Amino acid sequence: MKQKKTLLTVISIVVLFLGVYLADQNLDSYKMRILNLCAIYVVLGLSMNLINGFTGLFSLGHAGFMAVGAYTTAILTMPDVVKGQNFFMVPMMKPLDTMHVPFFLALLIGGIFAGIVGYLIGAPALRLRGDYLAIATLGFAEIIRVVFTNIQSVTNGALGLKGIPESSNIWWTVGVATVTVLFIGSLINSSYGRAFKAIREDEIAAESMGISLFKHKVLAFTIGAFFAGVGGGLLGSLMGTIDPLMFRFFLTFNILLIIILGGMGSITGTIISAFIITIGGEALRFLDESMTIGNLVIPGISGLRMVVFSALLMIVVLFFNRGIMGTNEFTWDRLFAKFGKKPLAKGGSKQ
Amino acid sequence: MMNLSTFFQHLTNGISLGSLYALVAIGYTMVYGTLRLINFAHGDVFMMTTYFAFYGVATFMLPWYVSFILAIILTAALGMLLEIGAYRPLRDAPKISIMISAIGASFLLENLAVVLFGGRPKAFPSVKLLTDSIQWGTVSIQKLTFVIPIVTIIFLVGLLYLINHTKTGMAMRAVAKDYETAGIMGVNVNKTISQTFAIGSMLAAVGGIMWGLKFPQIAPLMGVMPGLKAFIAAVIGGIGNIKGAVIGGFILGIGEIMIVAFLPSLSGYRDAFAFIFLIVILLFKPTGITGEKIAEKV
Repeated sequence: MKQKKTLLTVISIVVLFLGVYLADQNLDSYKMRILNLCAIYVVLGLSMNLINGFTGLFSLGHAGFMAVGAYTTAILTMPDVVKGQNFFMVPMMKPLDTMHVPFFLALLIGGIFAGIVGYLIGAPALRLRGDYLAIATLGFAEIIRVVFTNIQSVTNGALGLKGIPESSNIWWTVGVATVTVLFIGSLINSSYGRAFKAIREDEIAAESMGISLFKHKVLAFTIGAFFAGVGGGLLGSLMGTIDPLMFRFFLTFNILLIIILGGMGSITGTIISAFIITIGGEALRFLDESMTIGNLVIPGISGLRMVVFSALLMIVVLFFNRGIMGTNEFTWDRLFAKFGKKPLAKGGSKQ
Repeated sequence: MMNLSTFFQHLTNGISLGSLYALVAIGYTMVYGTLRLINFAHGDVFMMTTYFAFYGVATFMLPWYVSFILAIILTAALGMLLEIGAYRPLRDAPKISIMISAIGASFLLENLAVVLFGGRPKAFPSVKLLTDSIQWGTVSIQKLTFVIPIVTIIFLVGLLYLINHTKTGMAMRAVAKDYETAGIMGVNVNKTISQTFAIGSMLAAVGGIMWGLKFPQIAPLMGVMPGLKAFIAAVIGGIGNIKGAVIGGFILGIGEIMIVAFLPSLSGYRDAFAFIFLIVILLFKPTGITGEKIAEKV
């Protein structure tokens, strides 16, 4: 049974990449860009869901971790000439201006830096609870942004970085998303994952069962920050341009919307809603642009799209606060049970 | 070199900025005291006031004082509407849901403002009577610098009277202590919470109007930073405590101006100071300088 499920997983990954190959061959660059964004938002959504949904730590510092990852990856992959063009106000700091590494390594280093920052923030801040934690992490993210605006010799300040090599393509983004799903999926089903969920349900009960609150909270926070950094790196190299204003609270809000809509504490839900939000966001772009019906021109109202998004968040929270999936997951067992081919394994659908 | 008159100028600037933070912080602290909720949308309520006042003067050609009073009333109504629409349905829901709802409401207001009022900054109407400068020896100071703290003190005294010496205030204190018990004892909880929101929003409105007079450029996102800083002021003073919020507002306002004045090389980090201050306070004295220890219920 177990082997069969592993086989099914492998087959579906192969099918997924076959799909990616077909998409890469047939779709135009605009559609590919949206698909890329979907995959990146899967990574970002999962990283935030690990912290907020599975461990129950309400953190609003995601944009900060993404900024760390995005800047690290960009600085490590930009060619010398481009760096020279970017840093015309203040020359770049010495070893950085001629430093570069391959894209994969740059992403990894970006993730690790974000993870380190996550650890440094988490270790003191995770003593706080609930809304105090939220406001402290929000504060840390703002501090990261202000620092990045001010260290001109490293980040080029408010001017941002332009001409980042666009190394990320659909293979990278879907590849990283797949790795993230598999990693977080197995983490959640390990003893660590059970400890995370126990902390989410009741901290005091979890602690009295012998779970070290501090260790597990910091672990979840650091891993979440790592994947946020990797996601940020991918996003930067997809966009080609980054600046500190990109990493405002607004970005965190977008990811929060994804995990709320998908269901806090569901990997499947996050994947589905990352696609819904990203594709929906593009589809609603018509609201911001002017429309012509016959010879009637309806002027677009810029910003209306975001009104729809914020209203959507409110509606989900007010009326469907479990989101699409709640805390449920798609598993093979569930699928079998649905089609009645195989009986459920002992102990229900969750493994 | 800093001489006495520039120091005095910085100090008065700090006091008037601190008064504005204090007015907004009272709204945060009152709502937190009652619902244990960070009202993320409070900064955006503050922003909406400036637009109400702007349209009153610019579009409806009202005299400034009529327009300002109308703006304050409209803001109070907006605050009550916010509570009824976004927070009341979730009163018994997990805390995280209410907070997400607050964040959603904040973004909704910001984006509505972009759609309704346009993303470009507008010029807040200037009131000669208040924005003129007066000469004092070599120093010239805007009248507003004195008007702001005086108005703040008047409203603060009024608020403290209301809270401590009227029936409405007693109901508010009861609801803040424990709203279920207060309800059992015959307090109309919904009405009292609405009143709390209305008063908090009115004070934010007064702050918003004076903010608009002092920094006469209004934009849909102008409420975010003052809102966050006022919240930080409320935490510094001990959240849930009105006098604490005022003290916190002054500490933050004066501190911010002084640090920039004495260490101009760090002025780029101005917005980070408040957050660093917040985190230090949260880590070492999470209940703020006047706060009392709250035992956690199991």
